Amino acid sequence: RLDPVGTEGGLANLPVFTMDYPRIQVPFEFTLWILLASFAKIGFHIYHKITIWIPESCLLISIGLIVGGIMYSVKEEPPAVLSSNVFFLYMLPPIILDSGYFMPTRPFFENVGTVLWYAVVGTLWNSIGIGLSLFAICQFEVFGLQDINLQENLLFGAIISAVDPVAALNVFEDIGVNEQTYIVIFGEGLFNDAVTVVLYNMFSFLADLPIVESTDVFLGVARFFVVAAGGVLFGVLFGFVAAFTTRFTHNVRQIEPLFVFMYSYLAYLVAECFAISSVLITCAITMKYYVEENVSQRSCTTIRHVVKMLGTVSETLIFFFLGVVTITTEHEWNWAYILFTLVFAFIWRGLGILVLSQIVNPFRTIPFNFKDQFGLAYGGLRGAICFALVFTLPDTINRKNLFVTASIAVIIFTVFIQGISIRPIVEYINIRKTNKDLMTINVEIHTRVMEHVVCGIEDLCGQWSHYYWKDKFKKFNDRILRRILLRDNRAESSIVSLYKKLELQNAIDILDTPMGDISAAPSLVSLSDERKESSRPKKKFMAADVRKMHDILSKNMYKIRQKTLAYTNKYSLPDESRTREILIRRHASIRRSVRAGSFRELPDRNIPKSQKYYSLQPGGDLESAFALRRRSRGGGGEVDRISDHLQLSGVSPRSSSRSLVPMRRLNTIEEARQHTPPTGLDVLDERGPGSLLGSSLRGQRAPVPAPRRRSSDREDEDNIDSTEESEPVNPPPLPPPGGWAPENQDARENGAGDPLLRHSSQGSRGSRRL
Amino acid sequence: MGSRASTLLREEEIEEIKKETGFSHSQITRLYSRFTSLDKGENGTLSREDFQRIPELAINPLGDRIINAFFPEGEDQVNFRGFMRTLAHFRPIEDNEKNKNAAASEPLNSRTNKLLFAFRLYDLDRDDKISRDELLQVLRMMVGVNISDEQLGSIADRTIQEADTNGDNSISFNEFIKVLEKVDVEQKMSIRFLH
Repeated sequence: RLDPVGTEGGLANLPVFTMDYPRIQVPFEFTLWILLASFAKIGFHIYHKITIWIPESCLLISIGLIVGGIMYSVKEEPPAVLSSNVFFLYMLPPIILDSGYFMPTRPFFENVGTVLWYAVVGTLWNSIGIGLSLFAICQFEVFGLQDINLQENLLFGAIISAVDPVAALNVFEDIGVNEQTYIVIFGEGLFNDAVTVVLYNMFSFLADLPIVESTDVFLGVARFFVVAAGGVLFGVLFGFVAAFTTRFTHNVRQIEPLFVFMYSYLAYLVAECFAISSVLITCAITMKYYVEENVSQRSCTTIRHVVKMLGTVSETLIFFFLGVVTITTEHEWNWAYILFTLVFAFIWRGLGILVLSQIVNPFRTIPFNFKDQFGLAYGGLRGAICFALVFTLPDTINRKNLFVTASIAVIIFTVFIQGISIRPIVEYINIRKTNKDLMTINVEIHTRVMEHVVCGIEDLCGQWSHYYWKDKFKKFNDRILRRILLRDNRAESSIVSLYKKLELQNAIDILDTPMGDISAAPSLVSLSDERKESSRPKKKFMAADVRKMHDILSKNMYKIRQKTLAYTNKYSLPDESRTREILIRRHASIRRSVRAGSFRELPDRNIPKSQKYYSLQPGGDLESAFALRRRSRGGGGEVDRISDHLQLSGVSPRSSSRSLVPMRRLNTIEEARQHTPPTGLDVLDERGPGSLLGSSLRGQRAPVPAPRRRSSDREDEDNIDSTEESEPVNPPPLPPPGGWAPENQDARENGAGDPLLRHSSQGSRGSRRL
Repeated sequence: MGSRASTLLREEEIEEIKKETGFSHSQITRLYSRFTSLDKGENGTLSREDFQRIPELAINPLGDRIINAFFPEGEDQVNFRGFMRTLAHFRPIEDNEKNKNAAASEPLNSRTNKLLFAFRLYDLDRDDKISRDELLQVLRMMVGVNISDEQLGSIADRTIQEADTNGDNSISFNEFIKVLEKVDVEQKMSIRFLH
């Protein structure tokens, strides 16, 4: 601190202008570095074409090289940013958080086995392969490398095999390579640091030991599993805690993003403490799902932005420093070692991908063809992590400089040569493309249809597929996790709040549209007025509407089946409201389709008296009755089948008498509907013979073959009895079928039966044990 | 069960099915035993009721449509050939199949045929168009009761608008193909049949 009076002596006036540089030096230079890197990024993107052909990492390294050159000539030292602590504690976590947070979860979990296979086994293969080969090379005296022992070579192999596919990912994303390849590379890059760090620690520990025993190797393997399992567990735990915390933050929205970051960082530090890896990734994945439902929209945006920003800054800085450090450190150049490293890195990766793919392909629905494999192999660039790991090697390794040089050489080679050439090569060999920008409403609906169909067919064939675990988890998730971790677990309310938000948005947009063309901004509510079919004007759907549609669809379309019904459980359907809805609807549609083609014009009086008072007569009359009905029906094919079925199954005449009860029944049904029916019948408050519907449905509950007949009987009744108009396709929304539980069956049954019983042949109703 | 199955299904039939559908021998026998276990009436054909007896299909939102897909126009019974023919749509596409037999007719599990299967789920009246009503029906089946008709209606409108290129307010098969051109149908509509 400069003392104004100071050593100059005598100056007693107040200095007008002071400068105290050393005080701010460190943060100042730090900020300057970041700004410089960011300027570089701006510069690249001004001329768009550059970034297409040259990946950003190349450009950053180049800038770093230039700056490094400047610094070298001025004999400045680069800031000590890349000490081990600084790197691992400050610069690495944002990158991992960024990758983990924006990981596409669905493809990841669909391919999780493959991803982990490549990440773990692939990295192991690479490390050991490269290490051993280099060790073999070191044996040759001519290269002068004999002082590098096996452990050190293995250590170096582990470092070099850390893949950092950022550039490859950018290219893949741009081109739109198929999802599987993308997610494998993505996941591999993300998870192989777990393996690498374990190997690194293990080998550096071993490198210090004078002799290596086999127990150490086994311990290493055990350690790996501890690291892996522990990492996942920790991450999930932290994720849950974070999610749980955000359940209560609705009053302190401003600091909501803070929780995400603090918990992630805490998780990371704890992991570092125990030297576990991949905690942050699992934490981010777990957290994201629940937190994004709990926090407000603004917090959500903030979190995403900040995560992205921190990740980008960190990565930029690392590459930048790579360039700088390249110039300013002491290098030890050994042609043999470096060249062979390059060669072996290439070979082993290629071999590794080949062998691994051969092994894993039979287990995949869509196997990796050779083009995919080539993409995977060629996309294995080395990058930041490799550099950091080698730079932070302890100085006890006597050839550390050689290693540093070799790593830098490999990194620069892969980033520049492979990074630049991967795009034209991938385009040339024409890897399978994927569905980018697929989120049109059409795609969402149709893919859901396809998923349901595939599930159905699988059930039909009596076999499982990977949907099994997905369903299991979903069930667990909905039952337990969501209840605990989410503040507001009801789907309806989120739609309602979304409605309000979008209505508001609509209103604002109307004010914003330059022409003030109000009719061009429909809201979904106002559309209820426009139910005209063909003369419907072409509606302009705004982005908000489409988003809302996506939300609605994703929240309300039935997810694919949950295996809830075991074959042994014959007497009750699973107590699921969704299942109920589906069944209610199916019955309604069956009834409608059966009724649809038919005979509104069949008035009461045309039913011959003999039918009206049809009572317990054996089979012959039954058949004639059916024949009569069939004729009058005029082509309800399904009913014919039902009738046939009835005949085939030998339904007792008593039960069939129900079917032929006359039109008068309808009045009673109306009556039944107008009584406030007991709670169970609330379900059935539909236009149409509601109570009949209910009993049809209840009929569903008994062992499956029997009720089919009974319900179809019901449908027969409907056919004869109905004078209702055919309804439009959509059933009116049903109130939640609250009381529709098996236990209440009998009570309701009797309740429902009563008004009808009054007017019908007594005995048969009772015999109808549903 | 196994021996009974193999005696009822002759080798020539297996060969024919193999040629037609591309399933392997063991897959065909396995599916045949499944077929017979579903065939309660034991008359070598399945009716709709046999399918409806599968509980999971009952709670599948599209259960009826799926069942319907097995039965050709106007028929009520499906035999094993027909059963396999429908199931063949869901075989995964193998790479080598794509190249051979360009002149031969398309295999049942080609992308187009898979899409046709999905298309037919909507298009009940087989007029080669998905009308707004047909779309609404399927939507209604797939969506919970929380959605009002107006919302569903506008979703359906949006769907048609997105896909419809010739302005007839319905989705033809070609428009359907086009709208799904970027979707990985080969994977979505494939089942790994156990050997």
